[in-house]
Amino acid sequence: MGAAHQAYLLEARQMQALSFAVHIPLVCFGIAFPAMVLFCEWLYLRTGDELYRTLARRWTRIMAALFAVGVITGTILSFEMGLLWPNFTATFGGVFGLGFAIEGFSFFLEAIFIGIYVYGWNRLSPRAHFWSGVPIVIAGMTGSLMVIAVNAWMNHPGGFRMVHGHAVDVHPLKALFANSFLWPELSHMYIAGYMVTGFLVAGAYAIGKLRGKGRPPTRYERVALAIPLTIAALASPVQVLVGDWVGRDVAEAQPVKLAALEGLAHTTRGAPEHLLGWYENEKVKYGIEIPKLLSLLAYHDPDATVQGLDTVPKDRQPPINVVRFAFQAMVGIGTALALLGVWLLFVRVRFGRLPRSPWFYRAVALAGPGALVALIAGWVTTEVGRQPWVVYHVMLTSEAVTGAGGIVVGYTALALVYLGVACGVVWILRRLARSELREPDPPATASAA
Amino acid sequence: MHLYAIPLIFVLIGLVLYAVLAGADFGAGFWQLLAGPGERGAPIRDYAHKAMAPVWEANHVWLIFVLTVTWTAYPSAFGAIASTLCVPLFIAGLGIVMRGATYALRAGTASVREQDRVDLVFALSSVLTPFALGTVVGAIAARQVPTGNAAGDILSSWTGATPLMIGVLAVANSAYIAAVFLAADAHRTGRHELEEELRRRALLAGLVAGAAAVAGLIVVHADAHFLYTRLLSGGALAAVIVSALAGAGTLALVAARRYELARYSAALAVAAVIAGWALAQQPLLLKGLTVQQAAAPHDTLVLVVVAVLGGGLILFPSLALLFRLVLGGRLDHGEEPHAAAPAAGPAQLLAVSSAGLLARVAGALLLTGFGTLTIAEAGWAHAIGICALLGFIVVGFFAIVPAQLAESE
Ligand code: HDD
Ligand code: HEM
Ligand code: HEM
Repeated sequence: MGAAHQAYLLEARQMQALSFAVHIPLVCFGIAFPAMVLFCEWLYLRTGDELYRTLARRWTRIMAALFAVGVITGTILSFEMGLLWPNFTATFGGVFGLGFAIEGFSFFLEAIFIGIYVYGWNRLSPRAHFWSGVPIVIAGMTGSLMVIAVNAWMNHPGGFRMVHGHAVDVHPLKALFANSFLWPELSHMYIAGYMVTGFLVAGAYAIGKLRGKGRPPTRYERVALAIPLTIAALASPVQVLVGDWVGRDVAEAQPVKLAALEGLAHTTRGAPEHLLGWYENEKVKYGIEIPKLLSLLAYHDPDATVQGLDTVPKDRQPPINVVRFAFQAMVGIGTALALLGVWLLFVRVRFGRLPRSPWFYRAVALAGPGALVALIAGWVTTEVGRQPWVVYHVMLTSEAVTGAGGIVVGYTALALVYLGVACGVVWILRRLARSELREPDPPATASAA
Repeated sequence: MHLYAIPLIFVLIGLVLYAVLAGADFGAGFWQLLAGPGERGAPIRDYAHKAMAPVWEANHVWLIFVLTVTWTAYPSAFGAIASTLCVPLFIAGLGIVMRGATYALRAGTASVREQDRVDLVFALSSVLTPFALGTVVGAIAARQVPTGNAAGDILSSWTGATPLMIGVLAVANSAYIAAVFLAADAHRTGRHELEEELRRRALLAGLVAGAAAVAGLIVVHADAHFLYTRLLSGGALAAVIVSALAGAGTLALVAARRYELARYSAALAVAAVIAGWALAQQPLLLKGLTVQQAAAPHDTLVLVVVAVLGGGLILFPSLALLFRLVLGGRLDHGEEPHAAAPAAGPAQLLAVSSAGLLARVAGALLLTGFGTLTIAEAGWAHAIGICALLGFIVVGFFAIVPAQLAESE
């Protein structure tokens, strides 16, 4: 690849990052929201209590709007596989493509049953309607399984050999599913989906509660807060354990990434962990050092040797401060959210009620954006931490990038369009939150899709 | 049939379904544009929107299907096409974004003025998208896409007469199909005034699309003669004739108000054109690249075929269900309140006494998970661990939430 390709590399990476950062939060709602809506509908079927039905229907409208935006941002990502990284796809499409081809079918199911579910309220029998929602939950699961399988393969490639720049001996199933990276990454992302959705939805009601200033919340508001908040609170402590599991896999398969996460310049026995601080001149400055913790966490042995950044040349190292900062942000927020979850669970188990302190609700209101930041930071850790490789130790990102110029134009256009879409989404969410559900659906609100 | 060609057949089938189903969706936008703003155009615009809203996402996935199967089965061709034709593809991508966003936004509009604005964006992007995708097809057919990473000119590759002409044809065809489908819908739901209006549009659009097809042949004759000769010989010629007959037949069926049949003959016309293109081009996929050369390794091809056939077993019944509900009027809007009666009488959610038990199970799962996932080293232990932790979330949820809800009585 010549220098010309390099010229577009940074722009292409920025554009890719923008597109992901928009898609991934929406995807969290695709993963977790259908299950929450269905749970409400199930409560309605069990109890016949209209309140649950109303809640499920209001959430359905939000789900439908966010799903539509998830679909279009995902489409842009699919286009970008060719528009930005034609050489990546041209070389390895035969290896990883199967994952996306299967994923296509889960998108089909998701889209088909979303159509039936959203437009079937009032039209199908209650039971049939409930069941029409189940495939959406399953498709959210298989859809993320397939995409993560591809990403796990990029981080931990296998199932092929390279001969003269061509992939030969290709075994897609092995490449995608016999990969030790897949299961930790998938679990981590899946739980992140529930945390992001749960905290964001709960946060909206927590803000309402705080604004209400002492007015006792209605039963509707309490139910709408309790369901997402409980899910997120249970998921948060688990996420810390799963994150640790992911980290141990990274230590094993991508030692240089681990060294970048921790700012470890030299290979060290009994390596310490640094909290906060800034990496400069092969050292973490102003950080809080905890001796031997890194070795203990990564290898379960306080005296284990941890590989340092100096084991590879400078041009094979990722941008250390970006990765390190993103990682610390994720872990910091993750720990805080886990504590918030434990607070809730403790009060719940000990006193049999929700916490009463307004500080708890202020924290819940912040937890939604916090989880979102952790999510993006986690992906920055994974993706930027893998640099300069697009397929770890096989293909450089600079070899993958398109040879076509003018990415700046596309990037600007996409950024503007996404800005417009973002304004539109905020607008519609506010509208949907305010407008009352009428029975039967008035035509204008019913066409939420 | 060679293994390497089978995924291409899937791609072509996907392309036909996309051109027909999403084409109807694009065309609906075209008619919204022509209907004009304000109260006057509102009935048609509303109608077009509502007819498509439950199905557009499913229709759209055909494009994703085409993309993913292409990059899996013919990766080098995909890389070449996407890099050289990045401009029209990107325009199509932005068009899709804007269309999808307006589908979401229309749900929140409260006044005709707001709807006007949303519909305008929707309509413009509905014309832009098929045009851009049409130029992509045209550029491939006119052999403007060499192999390699952005090896062709990123502008002149798709701005020749043939690609532009195919872009126009794609828009005209979408409008035709949409008018036929919408007229059929209006007929089914007994909206006679709308039906008449749409029928007139369908007839007009049919004539325009036919004329555009003839003009297209003339352009191809002048601009890409090799394509012209290959289109008018052998199997390709047969396909072109079928397409022309089906197009004209659709016109006759619409004139006779036999809309249901017209849907199928319109689809046949599109399928035949795409088949004709494929036959005219074989065995080449791109300039200097045969289908066989572009194909992925053997194992990949086998798995793609298995995956698509297996996926189809789930997909087609689901699609059939969706379209049956839509065409049967089960997902229509408007009156017919039918507030669903509760299925079960007021029941206890879960006996409150079981909550304590569930809480203890959840605690046990959490400890098991911590031990096997975090402390233990073996892979199988991790598998148990992650299951236990997910179990903790689910069981914990059912231990806590019902009590919580009961409390909020
Ligand atoms: C709500 C979001 C969230 C939270 C609270 C956490 N994470 Fe995370 N993390 C993600 C969301 C996320 C993610 C965005 O989902 C990533 C990106 C790739 C992946 O599979 O998950 C990720 C990646 C990721 C990676 C990199 C994997 C790689 O490079 O391949 C590590 C090492 C961790 N996480 C570790 C942790 C730890 C130790 C956490 C707890 C304190 C934690 N994460 C909390
Ligand atoms: C199947 C899943 C994924 C694929 C195939 C994929 C592919 C890619 C590719 C090809 C690049 C460009 C090369 C590179 O910079 O490494 C990239 C970069 C990037 N991706 Fe991923 N990615 C995936 C998942 C994600 C997700 C879910 C995110 C979420 C936010 C993400 C965030 C990023 C970011 C931030 C960059 C830019 C890196 C930089 O600026 O250096 N990726 N990804
Ligand atoms: C962590 C990574 C990702 C996850 C977990 C994920 C998951 C999902 C989910 C659950 C949906 C359903 C729509 C929604 O709920 O909003 C979706 C939509 C979509 N995603 Fe992603 N995705 C990821 C990254 C990607 C990447 C890398 C691509 C393409 C290269 C992609 C392409 C798409 C497409 C095309 C759709 C639209 C499907 C439709 O038309 O119904 N996604 N994604």
